[in-house]
Amino acid sequence: MNRLDVRGLSTSFDTDEGLIRAVADVSFTIRAGKTTAIVGESGSGKSVTSLTLMRLLPRTANTQVSGQALFVNRAGQALDLLTLPEPRMRAIRGDEMAMIFQEPMTSLNPVFTIGEQIAESLRLHKGLDGAAARAQALRMLELVEIPAATQRVREYPHQLSGGMRQRVMIAQAMACDPTLLIADEPTTALDVTIQAQILALMRRLQAETGMSILFITHNLGVVAHHADDVAVMYAGRIVEAAPVKDLFARPQHPYTRGLLACLPSQQRKRPPAADGKRRLYAIRGQVSSPLAPPPGCAFEPRCDKAIAACRDAMPALRRDDAGGSARCILVPEAA
Amino acid sequence: MNGAAVSAATPLIEVKRLQKFFGPAARPVRAVDDVSFTIQRGETLGLVGESGSGKSTIGRALLRLIDSTSGSVSYRGEDLASASGSRMRALRRKLQMIFQDPYASLNPKMRVRDILGEALHVHGLAKGKGATARRITELLQLVGLPPEHAARYPHEFSGGQRQRIGVARALSVEPEFIVADEPLSALDVSIQSQVVNLLCDLREQFSLTMLFISHDLDVVEYLCDRVVVLYLGRVMEIAPTAELFARPLHPYTQALLAASPKPDPLVESVHVPLKGDIPSPVDPPSGCVFRTRCPHAIDACAQTRPEPRDMGGGRVKACIRDDIQAGAAP
Repeated sequence: MNRLDVRGLSTSFDTDEGLIRAVADVSFTIRAGKTTAIVGESGSGKSVTSLTLMRLLPRTANTQVSGQALFVNRAGQALDLLTLPEPRMRAIRGDEMAMIFQEPMTSLNPVFTIGEQIAESLRLHKGLDGAAARAQALRMLELVEIPAATQRVREYPHQLSGGMRQRVMIAQAMACDPTLLIADEPTTALDVTIQAQILALMRRLQAETGMSILFITHNLGVVAHHADDVAVMYAGRIVEAAPVKDLFARPQHPYTRGLLACLPSQQRKRPPAADGKRRLYAIRGQVSSPLAPPPGCAFEPRCDKAIAACRDAMPALRRDDAGGSARCILVPEAA
Repeated sequence: MNGAAVSAATPLIEVKRLQKFFGPAARPVRAVDDVSFTIQRGETLGLVGESGSGKSTIGRALLRLIDSTSGSVSYRGEDLASASGSRMRALRRKLQMIFQDPYASLNPKMRVRDILGEALHVHGLAKGKGATARRITELLQLVGLPPEHAARYPHEFSGGQRQRIGVARALSVEPEFIVADEPLSALDVSIQSQVVNLLCDLREQFSLTMLFISHDLDVVEYLCDRVVVLYLGRVMEIAPTAELFARPLHPYTQALLAASPKPDPLVESVHVPLKGDIPSPVDPPSGCVFRTRCPHAIDACAQTRPEPRDMGGGRVKACIRDDIQAGAAP
């Protein structure tokens, strides 16, 4: 069963300089109890995708959204998140669907204790009274392995370390037992030993609750170990999607291949250049401005394999032979 | 160079028992506490550690951008702490820095040609407008930017291009030694590898000696000859890069390597994450600072501070236990 089925999602911003298509024709699914990762670099549209799904884009952003995002709730009903009336969306957000962000310091409220912040959603969504909500908040802190939780529950965000704050964010997100957790770069601001703790925690909670996770990240190492399915985004579009093992074993799109080859840890697998020098593979150039996208494939100006036909039209995302799909005219279509 | 003869054996940079405390003397933040290492001519030394390990503070103290509390930093045998203001200005031509955030380290009100020209002017390296313009063109080409970009302001560039300008600025004075403080961490993966290649090329072309500060172990493994591993302001381990990554000796190095996820789903990651948080540098644990999170800690670890010991083969370890199996933690 798919927890979330996104079809043809597009998000554009009408700016003074012109229309920016931040997310264009994005389709992917998240299976029940599984993790789908969206990987991409700055400006690829991965965060706008998650904010569109949560309907958290600011009203002032002159947003144009189209497509469908079918979310299957606990009762088994399929709801289109993009057209749901705002009061119903508000009832789902923080309850069945929860989100954690990259920067726990800026996403926690500095003037409320962490206990109050966790209790808020319990009062709102579960109708608990003050005392019951506070008791449950304490249990949530224990669930996310915060030491001395009885004392911490009365502390403010600034009194905690970065790793502890991210645990609080997770406790808050988990408070109403969500079926879908959207995690937008949840470990990017953390040190590597703390990142390992948070990832282990998320994994444990997923195993215990059966929730689905949408994991937004730029870190391919994290993707390799914590995703079941992966979608790679470039300039607002999914350029490749596949189960995680297929993606790493047989990347099809030149951008995915480039991203993996760029990693210094892949260097040992590469022979030295003709002059004997060791060089990292590099994707040349930089992402085109969203105001002046190239005429055909968005990656064409940086692609080593590009041919003249790449400039004619944006390729479609087609099934390939490697178990996934790719948006490249040079990747053979599945038979 | 100050008249002192520098023998071949003298390291280019020698850091001895460096300490840097911030805040009130009664209860200071012990950012760097008794750190010693050397950097040989032509060598790239990696400085690795998590937040609060003191790696950036060491980088700044090395160029005397901040004054150290005690200990010494010497360049070609000359103690930088006792160098006069004018002597230090002259030395800065030889000792340069590339900063982490290319958005914050370039003056937004200056055009690229003025940013680069200022460094040339201060050190009297190009006489007259014509020579300065020629040198700026040369520098931009060196870092892979078109010469006409000299007339632009920093905000007109992407992050990767800005970091190239930062590199050009550091190179403009023909330095011998560069401290690169997390020069890649603000950049996207595809841009990172471009800058890594640029640093490698320039290092070779100008025989640069480098201190490369980073939390990215993969880049350090690729770029550095030797690595110093820091934790909470102290040295945990020093080793040649290949040996460190193949057989980490210190429990902290082992945990750090195991915690870094490998970009390959087939490599099983079954390691047990370190418990707890990095302690506060205001109130570091007694004895070994890592003992509160160390899976191998014993009572003796709390008693005395482990001194960095020579383990042979250019390896140094600050851990009292020699009965721990080398290699990354399972």
